[in-house]
Amino acid sequence: MTASTLEARVAAALPPGGEPLRLISADGQPCEPSGVLGLPPDETLRELHRQMVIGRRLDTQATALTRQGRLAVYPSSRGQEACQIGAVLALREQDWLFPTYRDTVAVLARAVAPAEALSLLRGEWHCGYDPYEHRVAPQCTPLATNTLHAVGLARAAQVKHDDQVALALLGDGATSEGDTHEALNFAAVWSAPVVFLVQNNGYAISVPLAKQTAAPALAYKGVGYGMRSLLIDGNDAAVVYAAVRSAVDHAAAGRGPTLIEALTYRVEAHTNADDAARYRDSAEVEAWLSRDPLRRMEAYLRGRGLLDDAGLARITAEADRLAAQVREALGSEPAADPAELFDHVYARPTRSLAAQREFLLAEIADSVVTGTDMAGTDMAGAGQEQA
Amino acid sequence: MTGTLERAAPAGPEAGTSRSPQAGGPSQRPAGGPGTEHVTMVAALNAALAGALADDPRVLVFGEDVGTLGGVFRVTDGLAARFGEDRVFDTPLAEAGILGTAIGMAMNGLVPVVEMQFDAFAYPAFEQVSSHLAKLRNRTRGRISLPIVVRIPYGGGIGGVEHHCDSSEAYYAHTPGLRVVTPGTPADAYHLLRQSIDCPDPVIFLEPKRRYWSRQAVPADPGVAMDQAVVRRVGQDVTLIAYGGMVTTALEAAAAAADEGWDAEVVDLRSLSPFDDATVAASVRRTGRAVVVHEAPGFGGYGAEVAARLTELCFHYLQAPILRVTGFDIPYPPPSLEEHHLPGVDRILDTIGRLQWDDNA
Repeated sequence: MTASTLEARVAAALPPGGEPLRLISADGQPCEPSGVLGLPPDETLRELHRQMVIGRRLDTQATALTRQGRLAVYPSSRGQEACQIGAVLALREQDWLFPTYRDTVAVLARAVAPAEALSLLRGEWHCGYDPYEHRVAPQCTPLATNTLHAVGLARAAQVKHDDQVALALLGDGATSEGDTHEALNFAAVWSAPVVFLVQNNGYAISVPLAKQTAAPALAYKGVGYGMRSLLIDGNDAAVVYAAVRSAVDHAAAGRGPTLIEALTYRVEAHTNADDAARYRDSAEVEAWLSRDPLRRMEAYLRGRGLLDDAGLARITAEADRLAAQVREALGSEPAADPAELFDHVYARPTRSLAAQREFLLAEIADSVVTGTDMAGTDMAGAGQEQA
Repeated sequence: MTGTLERAAPAGPEAGTSRSPQAGGPSQRPAGGPGTEHVTMVAALNAALAGALADDPRVLVFGEDVGTLGGVFRVTDGLAARFGEDRVFDTPLAEAGILGTAIGMAMNGLVPVVEMQFDAFAYPAFEQVSSHLAKLRNRTRGRISLPIVVRIPYGGGIGGVEHHCDSSEAYYAHTPGLRVVTPGTPADAYHLLRQSIDCPDPVIFLEPKRRYWSRQAVPADPGVAMDQAVVRRVGQDVTLIAYGGMVTTALEAAAAAADEGWDAEVVDLRSLSPFDDATVAASVRRTGRAVVVHEAPGFGGYGAEVAARLTELCFHYLQAPILRVTGFDIPYPPPSLEEHHLPGVDRILDTIGRLQWDDNA
């Protein structure tokens, strides 16, 4: 790519004024065509809305389950539904999603069963779903590490000539991590079929964007790696869908990765255990609530005659049904099997692990018989000789 | 690589069976592989990589300078030219990137063999190793298998400057989910690397760079599984337990000990994780005395685990406490002083002498 074509691409993708691309305004009106991205078909817009309503309902349900002690912790996606639903709906069946812990709504939208998706936060098992079933990688907790996995998976698809794109989700905080730098660089050097969606929600737990970066926009970072980059309104599901779909098409056509910065806002605290009042004003939250992604899409659909009260009631009822199913699925204590702790460390348990497994099972059996407390048990026997 | 990859019907990632080293036929036999005479460890490793690349189209080799240059130690010499730059390639200079992308590739069905250029240069990749490479199988209840080999030239003894001589095995051996192996001989270098590439678990493959230029014939058959220790020298009085670069040193010490009247047995661990309790304990029970030798600092080191395990397993057979001969608890010294740091024959002999021989006389 010559310097002038790169410049032209950047100019097309990144508005010089820093105003993000949007297709539907905050009050639900269609925007002037940007020339880069077009409004998705009506059916897609209706599906985006439906999935966002369901996503928010399940997110609200998950937060409620923390108060009942059914989930150990829950990092809410509230306010970021346009990013997560828009991105997932833009993926094709064969593509892969690499989510973080904040992206449970995205994971659910990819058709992972709620009880399996919430296994991590329920404290049942680290990843409760089969990543290969829906092509969803385990939710990433050490942030930014998933970006490299996405690039590697995309690179493998590239060398195998599989038509497959990887979508890595990350936040504004994760862009400070070294792994993000390495992932963007590797992806661009390899021209790998990968899409990076930065959900810039303004905070990394408590640290605001201004303390995270001096870059005028995170999207500009992509330019430095020689990568197509887009800055979009992350509360406009239509533009998120269009941007990610365009990036997927771009990657699938062998034209390389795209970095998309989506401006959004984390409406809830970091998790139910966090107190956001310690680091941000309620006025700021109020201002963002007026840009709510669900209300925006609802207003647009109603204005075009694509949604009415009855339609909304049907979607709400569906969301309530799904939430009830989640409550039911998580209504009992997880039935975790202690023996399983040893079963997946290696392809086949080592002799040491087999011995430790037997030790633990005997200890549990003993405590059941005698009613003794297991705390403080000496594990020295675990290293004892195996026949 | 496309054509080869699509043509192949590779075994699943769980099928960790050894393939015949001669699978490519005599004309395909790489120089340095089985049947060749007295090759260097570098040539044996090169042959193992070439053999794996030839036998399994899923195998990729990548890292820093491993392509055109053939690696700073020439372990990958000629592989990019022979197998193409889709399968043997240079990456940007970023170790976490190498490891993290290898994980994604393995999730998508490939078998990456990556090189960390030097021991201490592998540290930026440590998060990817400890949080993902080691844990993804367990995290996903066995659904994700990562048959990745991480080759790391390690240890001192070559006059290397700072950051080029660390013995970092304890970090990896302490991490559940990883296998850690280290060859002490060219024959083991070949066979352990082939076995590691075939292994469904992630393997940290530590190459003792001070033995890169040692020579040996490579037999066609590995003889033992990759997680087994091997008795290198049979003796009656004391067991010297060593691995990697210290195996040769231990054998030299055993030869010298014979002049002092001690008949020393030498066990080469080969696999640091898992640890071969059976082979090592059988030796120590027979001799009643043991010395563990490694280059790494002793404090919190791998030798402490060996001594503790053997004490638990063999307590009533021991005639003396198990002693360790290790590097000092210091950052690796500059080349002009490394001879003072590294365990040598004299220090091993002195330690054998402290095994309470008189108490039992």
